[in-house]
Amino acid sequence: MNCKNIIKELSNYLDEGLDSSLKASIEKHLEHCEDCRIVVDTTRQTIQIFCNSEPAPLPDDTRIRLRDALKNRLRRTPA
Amino acid sequence: MNPIQPHPLPSQVVKDDEPVLVAAAKAGDVSAFETLVGRYERKIFRLTQNITQNREDAEDAMQEAFLKAYEHLGEFQGNSRFYTWLVRIAVNQALMKLRRRRPNQVSLDEEVDTGQETMPREVEDWGPSPEERYGQTELSRILSGVIAELEPPFRIVFQLRDIEELSTEETAEALGLSIPAVKSRLLRARLKLRQKLNRYFRGSENS
Repeated sequence: MNCKNIIKELSNYLDEGLDSSLKASIEKHLEHCEDCRIVVDTTRQTIQIFCNSEPAPLPDDTRIRLRDALKNRLRRTPA
Repeated sequence: MNPIQPHPLPSQVVKDDEPVLVAAAKAGDVSAFETLVGRYERKIFRLTQNITQNREDAEDAMQEAFLKAYEHLGEFQGNSRFYTWLVRIAVNQALMKLRRRRPNQVSLDEEVDTGQETMPREVEDWGPSPEERYGQTELSRILSGVIAELEPPFRIVFQLRDIEELSTEETAEALGLSIPAVKSRLLRARLKLRQKLNRYFRGSENS
Protein backbone atom coordinates (compact mmCIF):
# COMPACT_ATOMS: atom_id res chain seq x y z
CA MET A 1 0.00 0.00 0.00
CA ASN A 2 1.44 3.37 -1.00
CA CYS A 3 0.19 6.97 -0.87
CA LYS A 4 -1.24 6.82 -4.39
CA ASN A 5 -3.31 3.76 -3.51
CA ILE A 6 -4.60 5.52 -0.42
CA ILE A 7 -5.94 8.35 -2.59
CA LYS A 8 -7.46 5.86 -5.01
CA GLU A 9 -9.30 4.05 -2.21
CA LEU A 10 -10.06 7.18 -0.18
CA SER A 11 -13.79 7.35 -0.92
CA ASN A 12 -14.32 3.63 -0.42
CA TYR A 13 -12.43 3.81 2.86
CA LEU A 14 -14.43 6.79 4.12
CA ASP A 15 -17.71 5.22 3.00
CA GLU A 16 -16.77 1.97 4.71
CA GLY A 17 -17.01 0.11 1.43
CA LEU A 18 -13.85 -1.95 1.75
CA ASP A 19 -13.20 -5.51 2.76
CA SER A 20 -11.43 -5.92 6.06
CA SER A 21 -8.02 -6.87 4.68
CA LEU A 22 -7.80 -3.81 2.41
CA LYS A 23 -9.06 -1.64 5.24
CA ALA A 24 -6.41 -3.07 7.56
CA SER A 25 -3.61 -2.41 5.08
CA ILE A 26 -4.80 1.19 4.64
CA GLU A 27 -4.84 1.70 8.38
CA LYS A 28 -1.37 0.21 8.66
CA HIS A 29 -0.13 2.75 6.12
CA LEU A 30 -1.89 5.59 7.94
CA GLU A 31 -0.14 4.69 11.17
CA HIS A 32 3.20 5.74 9.76
CA CYS A 33 2.28 8.24 7.00
CA GLU A 34 1.27 11.57 8.43
CA ASP A 35 0.49 13.20 5.08
CA CYS A 36 -1.99 10.49 4.17
CA ARG A 37 -3.49 10.63 7.62
CA ILE A 38 -4.09 14.36 7.24
CA VAL A 39 -5.58 13.95 3.77
CA VAL A 40 -7.92 11.21 4.99
CA ASP A 41 -8.89 13.20 8.06
CA THR A 42 -9.48 16.53 6.30
CA THR A 43 -11.45 14.82 3.51
CA ARG A 44 -13.61 13.15 6.14
CA GLN A 45 -14.13 16.55 7.77
CA THR A 46 -15.01 18.07 4.39
CA ILE A 47 -17.80 15.54 3.96
CA GLN A 48 -19.03 16.02 7.51
CA ILE A 49 -19.06 19.81 7.29
CA PHE A 50 -21.27 19.68 4.20
CA CYS A 51 -23.37 16.84 5.53
CA ASN A 52 -23.99 18.64 8.84
CA SER A 53 -24.66 22.03 7.32
CA GLU A 54 -28.18 23.30 7.81
CA PRO A 55 -29.87 24.73 4.75
CA ALA A 56 -30.74 28.41 5.13
CA PRO A 57 -34.42 29.31 5.61
CA LEU A 58 -36.26 30.16 2.41
CA PRO A 59 -36.25 33.88 1.63
CA ASP A 60 -39.66 35.31 2.55
CA ASP A 61 -40.67 36.17 -1.00
CA THR A 62 -39.64 32.72 -2.23
CA ARG A 63 -41.69 31.06 0.49
CA ILE A 64 -44.74 33.18 -0.31
CA ARG A 65 -44.54 32.33 -4.00
CA LEU A 66 -44.16 28.62 -3.20
CA ARG A 67 -47.15 28.71 -0.86
CA ASP A 68 -49.25 30.51 -3.48
CA ALA A 69 -48.29 28.07 -6.23
CA LEU A 70 -49.13 25.11 -4.01
CA LYS A 71 -52.37 26.63 -2.79
CA ASN A 72 -53.52 27.17 -6.36
CA ARG A 73 -52.70 23.59 -7.29
CA LEU A 74 -53.58 21.69 -4.12
CA ARG A 75 -56.94 23.27 -3.49
CA ARG A 76 -57.98 22.82 -7.09
CA THR A 77 -58.17 19.07 -7.56
CA PRO A 78 -57.07 16.03 -5.62
CA ALA A 79 -53.76 14.39 -6.61
CA MET B 1 -2.00 10.41 17.09
CA ASN B 2 -4.98 8.15 17.21
CA PRO B 3 -5.84 6.13 14.14
CA ILE B 4 -8.47 7.85 12.04
CA GLN B 5 -11.95 6.50 12.35
CA PRO B 6 -13.90 6.19 9.10
CA HIS B 7 -16.73 8.66 9.02
CA PRO B 8 -20.01 7.17 10.17
CA LEU B 9 -22.79 6.34 7.80
CA PRO B 10 -24.88 9.39 6.86
CA SER B 11 -27.33 10.55 9.44
CA GLN B 12 -30.97 9.68 8.99
CA VAL B 13 -32.54 12.51 7.03
CA VAL B 14 -35.98 11.04 6.92
CA LYS B 15 -38.24 11.10 9.90
CA ASP B 16 -40.25 8.03 10.89
CA ASP B 17 -43.63 9.55 10.15
CA GLU B 18 -42.84 10.15 6.49
CA PRO B 19 -44.67 7.04 5.17
CA VAL B 20 -47.75 8.03 7.18
CA LEU B 21 -47.73 11.55 5.76
CA VAL B 22 -47.20 10.24 2.23
CA ALA B 23 -50.09 7.78 2.59
CA ALA B 24 -52.35 10.55 3.91
CA ALA B 25 -51.33 12.89 1.07
CA LYS B 26 -52.06 10.13 -1.46
CA ALA B 27 -55.48 9.72 0.09
CA GLY B 28 -56.17 13.42 -0.54
CA ASP B 29 -55.05 15.00 2.72
CA VAL B 30 -53.71 18.33 1.46
CA SER B 31 -52.32 19.37 4.83
CA ALA B 32 -50.21 16.19 4.97
CA PHE B 33 -48.60 17.17 1.69
CA GLU B 34 -48.07 20.70 2.97
CA THR B 35 -46.30 19.25 6.00
CA LEU B 36 -43.96 17.35 3.69
CA VAL B 37 -43.29 20.53 1.71
CA GLY B 38 -42.53 22.46 4.89
CA ARG B 39 -40.18 19.72 5.99
CA TYR B 40 -38.13 19.59 2.81
CA GLU B 41 -38.44 23.02 1.17
CA ARG B 42 -35.17 24.34 2.57
CA LYS B 43 -33.21 21.30 1.49
CA ILE B 44 -34.80 21.21 -1.94
CA PHE B 45 -34.14 24.92 -2.45
CA ARG B 46 -30.48 24.48 -1.49
CA LEU B 47 -30.29 21.55 -3.91
CA THR B 48 -31.76 23.49 -6.83
CA GLN B 49 -29.61 26.52 -5.99
CA ASN B 50 -26.43 24.48 -5.90
CA ILE B 51 -27.25 22.86 -9.24
CA THR B 52 -28.52 25.90 -11.15
CA GLN B 53 -26.34 28.56 -9.47
CA ASN B 54 -29.16 30.98 -10.28
CA ARG B 55 -31.71 32.19 -7.77
CA GLU B 56 -34.65 32.55 -10.15
CA ASP B 57 -34.07 29.16 -11.77
CA ALA B 58 -33.64 27.56 -8.35
CA GLU B 59 -36.96 28.93 -7.16
CA ASP B 60 -38.77 27.82 -10.30
CA ALA B 61 -37.20 24.36 -10.18
CA MET B 62 -38.20 23.96 -6.53
CA GLN B 63 -41.80 24.99 -7.18
CA GLU B 64 -42.07 22.73 -10.20
CA ALA B 65 -40.57 19.84 -8.23
CA PHE B 66 -43.19 20.09 -5.47
CA LEU B 67 -46.03 20.53 -7.96
CA LYS B 68 -44.85 17.56 -10.01
CA ALA B 69 -44.45 15.47 -6.89
CA TYR B 70 -48.03 16.26 -5.94
CA GLU B 71 -49.35 15.51 -9.39
CA HIS B 72 -47.50 12.20 -9.61
CA LEU B 73 -47.97 11.15 -6.02
CA GLY B 74 -50.24 8.33 -7.15
CA GLU B 75 -47.31 6.84 -9.06
CA PHE B 76 -45.03 6.82 -6.03
CA GLN B 77 -44.88 3.17 -5.06
CA GLY B 78 -42.95 3.45 -1.85
CA ASN B 79 -40.07 1.32 -3.17
CA SER B 80 -37.72 4.15 -2.30
CA ARG B 81 -37.95 6.84 0.32
CA PHE B 82 -40.29 9.69 -0.58
CA TYR B 83 -37.45 12.14 0.03
CA THR B 84 -35.21 10.32 -2.49
CA TRP B 85 -38.02 10.35 -5.01
CA LEU B 86 -38.54 14.09 -4.43
CA VAL B 87 -34.82 14.77 -4.80
CA ARG B 88 -34.80 12.98 -8.16
CA ILE B 89 -37.67 15.12 -9.40
CA ALA B 90 -35.96 18.29 -8.17
CA VAL B 91 -32.64 17.29 -9.79
CA ASN B 92 -34.40 16.81 -13.13
CA GLN B 93 -36.11 20.19 -12.91
CA ALA B 94 -32.87 21.92 -11.90
CA LEU B 95 -30.86 20.23 -14.64
CA MET B 96 -33.37 21.33 -17.25
CA LYS B 97 -32.92 24.93 -16.11
CA LEU B 98 -29.14 24.61 -16.08
CA ARG B 99 -29.02 23.07 -19.55
CA ARG B 100 -31.28 25.77 -20.92
CA ARG B 101 -28.89 28.44 -19.71
CA ARG B 102 -25.66 26.63 -20.48
CA PRO B 103 -26.50 24.15 -23.25
CA ASN B 104 -22.91 23.40 -24.17
CA GLN B 105 -21.56 22.97 -20.70
CA VAL B 106 -23.75 20.42 -19.07
CA SER B 107 -23.56 16.86 -20.16
CA LEU B 108 -23.47 14.67 -17.13
CA ASP B 109 -23.06 11.38 -18.84
CA GLU B 110 -20.15 12.15 -21.14
CA GLU B 111 -16.66 11.21 -20.11
CA VAL B 112 -15.14 13.83 -17.88
CA ASP B 113 -11.50 14.02 -17.02
CA THR B 114 -11.44 12.78 -13.48
CA GLY B 115 -7.68 13.02 -13.63
CA GLN B 116 -5.04 10.74 -12.33
CA GLU B 117 -5.50 11.14 -8.62
CA THR B 118 -2.23 12.04 -7.01
CA MET B 119 -1.26 13.00 -3.53
CA PRO B 120 -2.68 16.48 -2.82
CA ARG B 121 -0.03 19.15 -2.50
CA GLU B 122 -1.53 21.11 0.37
CA VAL B 123 -1.39 18.87 3.39
CA GLU B 124 -2.05 20.58 6.68
CA ASP B 125 -4.10 19.68 9.70
CA TRP B 126 -7.26 21.68 10.24
CA GLY B 127 -7.23 21.99 13.97
CA PRO B 128 -9.88 20.58 16.30
CA SER B 129 -13.20 22.14 15.18
CA PRO B 130 -13.00 23.96 11.88
CA GLU B 131 -16.77 24.45 11.80
CA GLU B 132 -16.69 26.42 15.03
CA ARG B 133 -14.29 28.95 13.61
CA TYR B 134 -17.03 30.59 11.58
CA GLY B 135 -20.58 31.64 12.40
CA GLN B 136 -23.45 29.75 10.77
CA THR B 137 -24.04 32.42 8.12
CA GLU B 138 -20.38 32.77 7.29
CA LEU B 139 -19.95 28.99 7.10
CA SER B 140 -22.94 28.70 4.74
CA ARG B 141 -21.43 31.38 2.55
CA ILE B 142 -18.08 29.57 2.45
CA LEU B 143 -19.70 26.23 1.60
CA SER B 144 -21.90 27.69 -1.17
CA GLY B 145 -18.88 29.51 -2.54
CA VAL B 146 -16.58 26.52 -2.77
CA ILE B 147 -19.22 24.21 -4.19
CA ALA B 148 -20.09 26.80 -6.85
CA GLU B 149 -16.49 26.63 -8.06
CA LEU B 150 -16.82 22.95 -9.02
CA GLU B 151 -17.78 22.00 -12.56
CA PRO B 152 -21.38 20.68 -12.79
CA PRO B 153 -20.55 16.95 -13.13
CA PHE B 154 -18.61 17.01 -9.87
CA ARG B 155 -20.85 19.48 -8.08
CA ILE B 156 -24.02 17.55 -8.72
CA VAL B 157 -22.66 14.14 -7.75
CA PHE B 158 -21.24 15.57 -4.52
CA GLN B 159 -24.53 17.32 -3.83
CA LEU B 160 -26.52 14.10 -4.10
CA ARG B 161 -24.08 11.79 -2.31
CA ASP B 162 -22.69 13.90 0.50
CA ILE B 163 -25.28 16.62 1.06
CA GLU B 164 -28.55 14.88 0.24
CA GLU B 165 -27.13 11.57 1.45
CA LEU B 166 -28.31 9.46 -1.44
CA SER B 167 -26.53 6.14 -1.90
CA THR B 168 -24.13 5.61 -4.80
CA GLU B 169 -26.80 3.51 -6.52
CA GLU B 170 -29.52 6.13 -6.02
CA THR B 171 -27.20 8.85 -7.33
CA ALA B 172 -26.30 6.78 -10.38
CA GLU B 173 -29.95 6.14 -11.11
CA ALA B 174 -30.99 9.77 -10.59
CA LEU B 175 -28.30 11.07 -12.95
CA GLY B 176 -28.26 8.24 -15.49
CA LEU B 177 -24.62 7.50 -14.69
CA SER B 178 -22.78 4.25 -14.10
CA ILE B 179 -21.68 3.43 -10.57
CA PRO B 180 -17.95 3.74 -11.44
CA ALA B 181 -18.68 7.17 -12.98
CA VAL B 182 -20.41 8.31 -9.79
CA LYS B 183 -17.53 7.04 -7.69
CA SER B 184 -14.80 8.69 -9.75
CA ARG B 185 -16.66 12.03 -9.85
CA LEU B 186 -17.32 11.85 -6.13
CA LEU B 187 -13.69 11.20 -5.27
CA ARG B 188 -12.57 14.08 -7.44
CA ALA B 189 -15.21 16.38 -5.97
CA ARG B 190 -14.27 15.49 -2.40
CA LEU B 191 -10.59 16.11 -3.05
CA LYS B 192 -11.25 19.41 -4.79
CA LEU B 193 -13.51 20.62 -2.00
CA ARG B 194 -11.02 19.52 0.63
CA GLN B 195 -8.40 21.62 -1.08
CA LYS B 196 -10.69 24.63 -1.38
CA LEU B 197 -11.75 24.41 2.27
CA ASN B 198 -8.12 24.15 3.26
CA ARG B 199 -7.89 27.91 2.66
CA TYR B 200 -10.36 28.50 5.46
CA PHE B 201 -9.72 25.71 7.90
CA ARG B 202 -6.02 25.03 7.99
CA GLY B 203 -4.56 24.95 11.46
CA SER B 204 -1.89 27.57 10.84
CA GLU B 205 -4.52 30.31 10.60
CA ASN B 206 -5.65 29.39 14.06
CA SER B 207 -2.28 29.55 15.69
